[in-house]
Amino acid sequence: MKVKGKVFKYGHDVNTDVIFPGKYTYTVKDPKEMAAHALEDLDPEFASTVRPGDVVLAGRNFGCGSSREQAATCLKFAGVGAVVAGSFSRLFFRNAINAGLPLVQSAQALEWIEAGEEVQIDFEEGVLTCAKGTIEFPPLPPEIVGIMEAGGLVPYTRRQLGLAEE
Amino acid sequence: MGKTFAEKILSQKANRDVSAGEIVSISPDVALSHDNTAAISDHFRKIGVQKVFDPSKLVVVLDHCVPAADEKYARNHKVIREFVAEQGIENFHDLNTGVCHQVLPEKGHALPGRLILGSDSHTTSYGAFGAFAAGIGRTEMAVIWATGQIWLRVPETFRVRADGDFPEMVTPKDLILKVIGDIGADGGLYRAAEYCGSAVEAMSISGRMVLCNMAVEMGCKIGYVEPDAKTETWLQGRSTAEYEMVSSDDDATFSEERAYDVGALGPQIARPHTVDNVCPVEEVAGTPINQALLGTCTNGRLEDLRLAAAILRGNKVAGGTRLLVFPASMNVYLNALREGLIETFVEAGAVVMNPGCGPCLGAHEGALAPGETCISTSNRNFKGRMGCREAEVFLGSPATVAASALAGVIADPRTVEISQ
Repeated sequence: MKVKGKVFKYGHDVNTDVIFPGKYTYTVKDPKEMAAHALEDLDPEFASTVRPGDVVLAGRNFGCGSSREQAATCLKFAGVGAVVAGSFSRLFFRNAINAGLPLVQSAQALEWIEAGEEVQIDFEEGVLTCAKGTIEFPPLPPEIVGIMEAGGLVPYTRRQLGLAEE
Repeated sequence: MGKTFAEKILSQKANRDVSAGEIVSISPDVALSHDNTAAISDHFRKIGVQKVFDPSKLVVVLDHCVPAADEKYARNHKVIREFVAEQGIENFHDLNTGVCHQVLPEKGHALPGRLILGSDSHTTSYGAFGAFAAGIGRTEMAVIWATGQIWLRVPETFRVRADGDFPEMVTPKDLILKVIGDIGADGGLYRAAEYCGSAVEAMSISGRMVLCNMAVEMGCKIGYVEPDAKTETWLQGRSTAEYEMVSSDDDATFSEERAYDVGALGPQIARPHTVDNVCPVEEVAGTPINQALLGTCTNGRLEDLRLAAAILRGNKVAGGTRLLVFPASMNVYLNALREGLIETFVEAGAVVMNPGCGPCLGAHEGALAPGETCISTSNRNFKGRMGCREAEVFLGSPATVAASALAGVIADPRTVEISQ
């Protein structure tokens, strides 16, 4: 899998409340509407300017806070091709994998990559290419790769249970 | 080589010997969901399984927006009530019970040695009873319902050792805020926090719940306190189920140990907009507030209400300041009523609300307006958390919140005179 897109750059500890505010968590369910609120309290311009394949770049502890998986799915529905961060909160990490949203863990990326820059990510090779050069990143644990390959935990589980593809 | 609590529990549940860093597939003893049960049921139906794997292991609590704020929330609750009836889920606690993290212990679901997963980040609270309790997402909860199985990474464990005696008006909330401020919002990432030391041994179950509740605010997978006689006493009359007290071996590998003398600790405040932006109360004392919030899953228990009431008794909330009180459960509410605490709150000018999450996540009841400031006993102060991104939330203990409500500004509870 390859991703190519423009970078939206943020800082450390981007939390789930600014990615998808709590006031929407039980009432906003439509994917388009969820996408319209993505990163609303951090970058109100994001939802209207993001294009399919674009990359969210941030520092340490991306997605900290709530267990709400809409923090991952609203980014996916907004067309985000991958989230690149120094580290991820464990709940966001799980939710992204389960939703089939690709993640790259790299401490170097935040230093090397500028906002608005175009980057390419090759997940098979584990390489991110930016203006300043290439960054290698570690593959996902093998136990989890299958979930990503299936497109998320629901299709993966259906496959495991021998149920037909949706 | 000895094992940590986390390694022991996950070895037991996975039926093999595992160590930190490994990934296991396990089946939880308890699967908790709340108002997000409706959304989980949507994922569950997409998987295509008709019945949940074991209805007796599911616990469903309505607490995040109760009673329903509008038609959308009402529809959400309706879907949940129909789902639990359809699936035969007996452990369903409707809106007259309380916040899930108080309800599970009260109803005897949070037991030592149990593996509890909840679709809520503060599921870590049950570590106060010696359970392995972690938050998960909605989709994976649906998969647990369908298959009974989920993957977990075995966490490394670090120890927070707290010794000494808490000074007057200094509480476990001040300790955990201090710890989070020191270690940072990602300092415990993917790890388990084990709280130990004489101050933790002397601490009430309620205080231990505060420590474990907020473990997630430093990135931890779980918080844990070794269960003891106090735990057993607390559980008497609440559960008849058997349980096993599991603790870390003396020679287990801990990734780090941090030591605190609580005797030297003062009240702590987390400033906007991150929980690790912590300072002593003196640094922000005098900051004007519009709202003070006492309650939630972090600090809405009887001992919290008692402490706040002792400060409020015979006094009045400052003009221009709103004090909202959310008991953590109906059981807490009833006991507070019998003790006269509710009377104290009302006489002081507070608004006593029904048990629930209230404005903590900005869904309803007590949301903030642009430019407003709230001091709260809850666990998060992120931008927009209480419904408005142009508002500010400070976090503190029940004592600090009560003292601040009286002063109309952030106040040091040690400077307040208590009239009996």
